[in-house]
Amino acid sequence: MSVLVNKDSKIIVQGFTGSEGTFHAEQMIEYGTNVVGGVTPGKGGQEHLGKPVFNTVKEAVDNVGADTSIIFVPPAFAADAIMEAADAGIKVIITITEGIPVADMIKAFDYIKDKNCRLIGPNCPGVITPGEAKVGIMPGFVFKSGGVGIVSKSGTLTYEAADQVVRQGLGITTAIGIGGDPIIGTTTKEAVELLMNDDDTECIVMIGEIGGQLEADAANWVKANGNKKPVVGFIAGETAPKGRTMGHAGAIVGGADDTAEAKKRIMRECGIHVVDSPAEIGKKVAEVLG
Amino acid sequence: MNLHEYQGKEILASFGVRIQRGIVAHNAQEAVTAAKQLTAETGTGWHVIKAQIHAGGRGKGGGVKLAKNLQEVEEIAENIIGMNLITPQTSKEGKKVHQVLVAEDVYYPGDSETSEFYMSVLLNRGKGRNMIMYSTEGGMDIEEVAEKTPHLIFTEEVDPSIGLMPFQARRVAFNLGLSGGAFKEMVKFVTALYSAYINSDASLFEINPVLKTSDDKIMAVDAKVTLDDNALYRHKDYAEMRDLREENPIEVEAKAVGLNYVDLDGNVGCMVNGAGLAMATMDLIKQAGGDPANFLDVGGTADAKRVETAFRIILKDPNVKAILVNIFGGIVRCDRVAQGIVDAYKNMGDAIQVPIIVRLQGTNAELAKEIIDNSGLEVQSAIEFQEAADKVQAVLS
Repeated sequence: MSVLVNKDSKIIVQGFTGSEGTFHAEQMIEYGTNVVGGVTPGKGGQEHLGKPVFNTVKEAVDNVGADTSIIFVPPAFAADAIMEAADAGIKVIITITEGIPVADMIKAFDYIKDKNCRLIGPNCPGVITPGEAKVGIMPGFVFKSGGVGIVSKSGTLTYEAADQVVRQGLGITTAIGIGGDPIIGTTTKEAVELLMNDDDTECIVMIGEIGGQLEADAANWVKANGNKKPVVGFIAGETAPKGRTMGHAGAIVGGADDTAEAKKRIMRECGIHVVDSPAEIGKKVAEVLG
Repeated sequence: MNLHEYQGKEILASFGVRIQRGIVAHNAQEAVTAAKQLTAETGTGWHVIKAQIHAGGRGKGGGVKLAKNLQEVEEIAENIIGMNLITPQTSKEGKKVHQVLVAEDVYYPGDSETSEFYMSVLLNRGKGRNMIMYSTEGGMDIEEVAEKTPHLIFTEEVDPSIGLMPFQARRVAFNLGLSGGAFKEMVKFVTALYSAYINSDASLFEINPVLKTSDDKIMAVDAKVTLDDNALYRHKDYAEMRDLREENPIEVEAKAVGLNYVDLDGNVGCMVNGAGLAMATMDLIKQAGGDPANFLDVGGTADAKRVETAFRIILKDPNVKAILVNIFGGIVRCDRVAQGIVDAYKNMGDAIQVPIIVRLQGTNAELAKEIIDNSGLEVQSAIEFQEAADKVQAVLS
């Protein structure tokens, strides 16, 4: 078992023939991911990386039964790409694009609300179910299959956590990069909930950073849900100054509740195993799993 | 991108939001000319001289003063322009004032009492929607109002597909206790303000205070405007409003070469790929007994040229006693990064005088460690995150 993506997912790449799309689609196919085609408006009918190119997402759904999409479309057109995927009936929309205007995301977020789909990202590394499907830009070899679920806002920090888990002789069910933007499709709480309901996930690693309420919301949910599985948590940005954006547009300390300290305190109160050092994530997972 | 008060007001006015009018001056002489012109245009007798810097709390630092005649305009402008203005929001050194806004006096006596309100437009991140936040407690620090009298803060959430509805604008005016002409003016003000926010792709409007004048006009006396950097491509005219003098020069230089750099006060420089890992690395430096001197995300391509540029930028800060490079090689191979570091180090000759600790993990990490270790350079290598922290600690002690 796993969540969101697996070996049966039928994946299309939006922004397929662009340089980013091409590079990462190639890596995904090499990993063994079931990429069934791609979309680039105006290039329908061509073949790219041995897969069919479609003009619209709808055509991809109708012709090759796509149910999952990964978006590499440039920021100015990415919100439209998300809405097109939702309109065409794609179930899982994973948006890698960084730098989408907030106003565009407000509209896309509102549009997909009533559609039967789940948006991951934007500004995220994607989702990987080791050994089955890599729908993202992460280095596949770092992730080995096992019983630990990972939820993270950050790309390289996800790889770091996965690497530490694997070095403990453990592995990963699914790693979900939820993204670092102010508006994201799937929150920490929703991603944790998916993994909490996944039979094969024995432990969840939740990595957050300064800014917003996502980690506190997730922690409160974990507690309210009865702490059914151990959750190991880390919050990056203890040393970040107030009011400055740290790389991710969403990583900015506003009020008193979104500092690293405040988040870690709330998480501890909710029974989450919080580590202060990012070097101890893997060790802590091994410890709580006994 | 942050704007000056006068720039923010220009944008507001262009969407029909009533503002306290003013003219920018760069020296005392210009200030006097501006004051004369303003009197001719508005009939104002007194003038308010306001320092234009990117920081709030200007009044508290002595950057906002009332001038009752032209001689006072000249004196005050003379004093404020060129000063290092220290406010609760600036560093201890303050910010140099390059220009002032000479503004009309809007607190003139009349038929009714003046009153001040607070109003902001911003994103409610939890809901993914914009909202208008407002309060009867204007002219005060809104964080303080939120803490002491939270019941005096109101919000209107805006449906993205419909926009601000007329009844919402009326509710704002009612909640602020207005009636008659002032009520109608406020409805117009809120409607125009929201339209300005949407059409300028702003990420924050903070108008504190919004003033009801003694003759029942509603206007923005101050304006803090932040625009969404990601949307500036749609607003070339606004993009030109960027005032680089207000930004940290090293950060400006880093941005120009595509590096995401934030200057901090510590003694250990760092170079990391990825924002989350960069923040985690800063935290690790702190736990190892140091203080991070910067945040620096080199992004996905860490080749020799980029690494060299990053080194040069980090070393501009004289407080840097050591540099920690932390790269998790995924798509980018560690051996390439290692070679980049070695080449950059050699290219820079004697420019590097501090110890460098390099932690490369991920694709070809072992090979990368070999390249570093066999380079003959004063660079220490590590593979584990903790190992890197221990080496930082050893270097600092």
